[in-house]
Amino acid sequence: MSADTFQSINWSILTPEFIILGVIAILILLDLFMPKTLSRKILGWIGIAAILAALIFTLNMAGGPVRTILDNTFRVDSFAIAFKSLLLVGAALVMFLATSYETKAGLERYEAEFYYIFLSALLGAMVMTSSGDLITLYVGLELLSIPSYILAGMRKFDSKSNEAAMKYVISGGISSAIALFGMSYVYGIAGSTDLIEIASKLSMLADGQQAYLLGLAFLMIFVGLAFKISAAPFHMWAPDVYQGAPTPVTAFLSVVSKTAGFVIVIRVLLTVFGAAASNGPNSMPIIMNMQDYIAVIAGATMIIGNVVALKQSDIKRMFAYSSIAHAGYLLVAVTSLSANMFYSIWFYLLAYLLMNLGAFAVIQVVSEKSGSTKIADFAGLYRRSPVLAVAMGILLISLAGFPGTAGFIGKLNIFAGAFAGDPHYVLASVMIATTVVSYFYYFGVMTQMFFRPAEDESKFNLPFGIIIVLIVAVAGSILFGLMPNLALDFMNNHLDILNDFFGQ
Amino acid sequence: MNLGWALTLLVLFPLLGIVVLAFMPKTAEKSIKLVGFLATLPSLLLALAAYLHFKWGKDLADFAVTHDWIQFRGMNADEPYFSVNFELGLSGFQLILVVLTAVVATLAAIASKYVKKEWKGYYMLFLLLETGMLGVFTAENLILFFLFFEITLIPTFFLIGKWGYFEKEKAAYSFLIYNGLGSAVLLIVIMILFAKTGTTNIEILKSIMADPSAPLSGDLKLGLFIALLIAFGVKLPIFPLHSWMLKVHVQAPPAVVMIHSGILLKIGAYGLIRFGLGIFPEQFEKLATLLAILGVINLLYGAFLAFIQTDFKMVLAYSSISHMGIVLIGLAAMNEAGVQGAIFQVISHGLISALLFFLVGVLYERTDTSLIENLGGLAKGMPIAAGFLLAAAMASLGLPGMSGFVSEFMAFLGLFNELPWVAAVGTLGIILTAAYLLRAVLGMTFGQAHREFAGIMDLRGVEFIPVVVLTFLIVLIGVYPSVLSAPLQATLETIMLGLGG
Repeated sequence: MSADTFQSINWSILTPEFIILGVIAILILLDLFMPKTLSRKILGWIGIAAILAALIFTLNMAGGPVRTILDNTFRVDSFAIAFKSLLLVGAALVMFLATSYETKAGLERYEAEFYYIFLSALLGAMVMTSSGDLITLYVGLELLSIPSYILAGMRKFDSKSNEAAMKYVISGGISSAIALFGMSYVYGIAGSTDLIEIASKLSMLADGQQAYLLGLAFLMIFVGLAFKISAAPFHMWAPDVYQGAPTPVTAFLSVVSKTAGFVIVIRVLLTVFGAAASNGPNSMPIIMNMQDYIAVIAGATMIIGNVVALKQSDIKRMFAYSSIAHAGYLLVAVTSLSANMFYSIWFYLLAYLLMNLGAFAVIQVVSEKSGSTKIADFAGLYRRSPVLAVAMGILLISLAGFPGTAGFIGKLNIFAGAFAGDPHYVLASVMIATTVVSYFYYFGVMTQMFFRPAEDESKFNLPFGIIIVLIVAVAGSILFGLMPNLALDFMNNHLDILNDFFGQ
Repeated sequence: MNLGWALTLLVLFPLLGIVVLAFMPKTAEKSIKLVGFLATLPSLLLALAAYLHFKWGKDLADFAVTHDWIQFRGMNADEPYFSVNFELGLSGFQLILVVLTAVVATLAAIASKYVKKEWKGYYMLFLLLETGMLGVFTAENLILFFLFFEITLIPTFFLIGKWGYFEKEKAAYSFLIYNGLGSAVLLIVIMILFAKTGTTNIEILKSIMADPSAPLSGDLKLGLFIALLIAFGVKLPIFPLHSWMLKVHVQAPPAVVMIHSGILLKIGAYGLIRFGLGIFPEQFEKLATLLAILGVINLLYGAFLAFIQTDFKMVLAYSSISHMGIVLIGLAAMNEAGVQGAIFQVISHGLISALLFFLVGVLYERTDTSLIENLGGLAKGMPIAAGFLLAAAMASLGLPGMSGFVSEFMAFLGLFNELPWVAAVGTLGIILTAAYLLRAVLGMTFGQAHREFAGIMDLRGVEFIPVVVLTFLIVLIGVYPSVLSAPLQATLETIMLGLGG
């Protein structure tokens, strides 16, 4: 590459990624040269500052045309901006959690490592949102996955944490491999890794045999990605990993990692298989043929997630199954392929991010105090700390999807999509029925917090980071529940996902 | 004249009370109770003012209010994919329900003086519940209705589960799950209507559904109506869906049962009338016989089981089931007398059950029991309370001159016109009602005394307010029914128009 070509590339669209990358390097160096005795907390704050800076640059790009560099391998379109901002907001909140994380198991020695490994994972997720090519997509996915494996095993001397990391590496590795194998079929038929080019080639596909092969590729990619979003029946790793990993990592896996998973699901499935003809040119796209498979997975995910969550006595495992259930709700939106699909998924992920991270903030505080993660530890929380209990109550109500909270608007949106056009009555009914099932376990925590007496009456000291997360999460859940247009208008006014998504 | 602000204020005022309460110290029992009570007053005054507004011949449409609320965009960024407005309004039917709600809520706030712990949380939830109820009856679109409907669920869950009696958690759970299922079914109906017609505004939906070219097939409409019947059948409750409501009646604190039995159950009736009868008149007609039979089953089943209960609260719980049967009977008649009787029954039962449960609260507070046997000889120990108890029971069994009579009479009048045989079976229920109420009440007032009433105070002080107000209203409706029938006139006419009769 000559100097001229190098300069002609519009590197500025990579600013958010460069900021994160730069700070990763700085943090590594600082960690190396800082005296051992100094607290590494400061590194966490630098990381937060970097994430916020990246967020500002990302939001600044909203409203512009689609910009691509490096042969469309990296693109900044509305979809990328919308989901990248979600990732950054989620990551910032997780960092706040991490700076407040104190554990007896001695994470302190690796605290700095946590920050920069976490930022690397974030970088991978950001690349995924912006990639327009199977290669960058996969590289982003691995850049997200590999640090995630390390994060899960962050508590070196804790056997549960080790078990979590081991399970995560194996299941994650296998799923990546399956997805990659599926992608190789796509490459074999289309002869390109550029998503848009693949789409245009495949829409002309005349050979029925090749369409059959593509169907197989679809299933393989979908199965591989279903692992990442922990959809049933590929969800088995989630509860163990969630339980074993340190709480901020669990929060990261359940929110940031899951958001990234949906990003890649939408990118690949919709661009490639939304265009690929199933039976000669101008026939139905393959994704429409495959709708039933997605629907079955969505239904199974919602049912398994919600039903198994009922029996959990460990709060982190319960939230693992709850997050599986939420992945199921999101898959309903993917299944229905309605016109407001992007909006409903985006809004749901936003609501989910707020309520889940808030809940994990409370879980972190309570479990640090009690030294375990049993649901019974929440007994009498209302007496011990009314603020914490009420905040958790609001977040649980939002997770359960009661009106007045962001969780409800998110579900409503998905629901409306499921009935629009070709209605999916069964799937929507499963979604509603399992939502009612979820009342049992969410309100089970409520019962502990508000009705049961506390075992020890000690009060809580809320660290600054936790307070920030709780304020953002609770205020956001209520605000977007009562005035969802605050968030939706940002999408409406600045971003035109549908037009950008498929265009050059 | 636009009075939309007044209606918005009426609905949201209790929330202001919550804010004030939030800044009060937890232990200031007296002032918390006072603020909790005072916070219900503005809504009551506004509701009464709205009634006078109507009484003076002005238009209730003045109260309508519409704001943009949610817009979801889809394919075309300029055109809303769908939008939901914040719409409140009042019709005659809604007006009397709002007045009922405001009255019962204020009186229940007085009855809440028996609450023994954590007053602050109690009153905050109580006020949230009031906003939810007022919102349910004034919402003009289905999404908003659903929002308020669910807002009533959460405070009620906590009020039962935390301040109730021995098996409170179980009762709270069964309340949550049954009602959760009911509202889930309701949400499906709402969203299908929304997706098919693009609106959730109730009045617009009515006219769309009346239009034969509407994009809904007859089968779909029937399915939606049956779903609606189940959703509100849980709330009302209709016979096989009632078990949760017994638990709530027995386990919840009396003040909450006043609200629950007096108003929350009425949401079921309101929904059936406004949405069932209003949006799906044809389907309602198809299933009218079934509804009449369900109504008679409710009436007889409730009455039979009330006859053998030993706990007065259980008698009242089954009596509520029985009385809600009369609502169904009236509705199934689908003529003016029947529907009017049903609505009268809604109001009348709201007042009577609030009164009865207030008295239960008074008795329980003093004697720690609600078993009929243990309360024998009450007339000697607490003559005034016993007197009011008897009066309430008389109203409940339909003594002429009190509200219960007017409503039962009209409901049966309506049904005899349409389905005389079903109605004839139903009249058995009226006899049974008299039997079980007299058995229970006489057992308490004049029955054998198993205890000393020495040192037990009769009604006193503020306790007179709920008792006198409710008795007054019950008699007022009994002797001068046009306080209700006048506002209802317009509503009934539109319903009849929808039925094509």
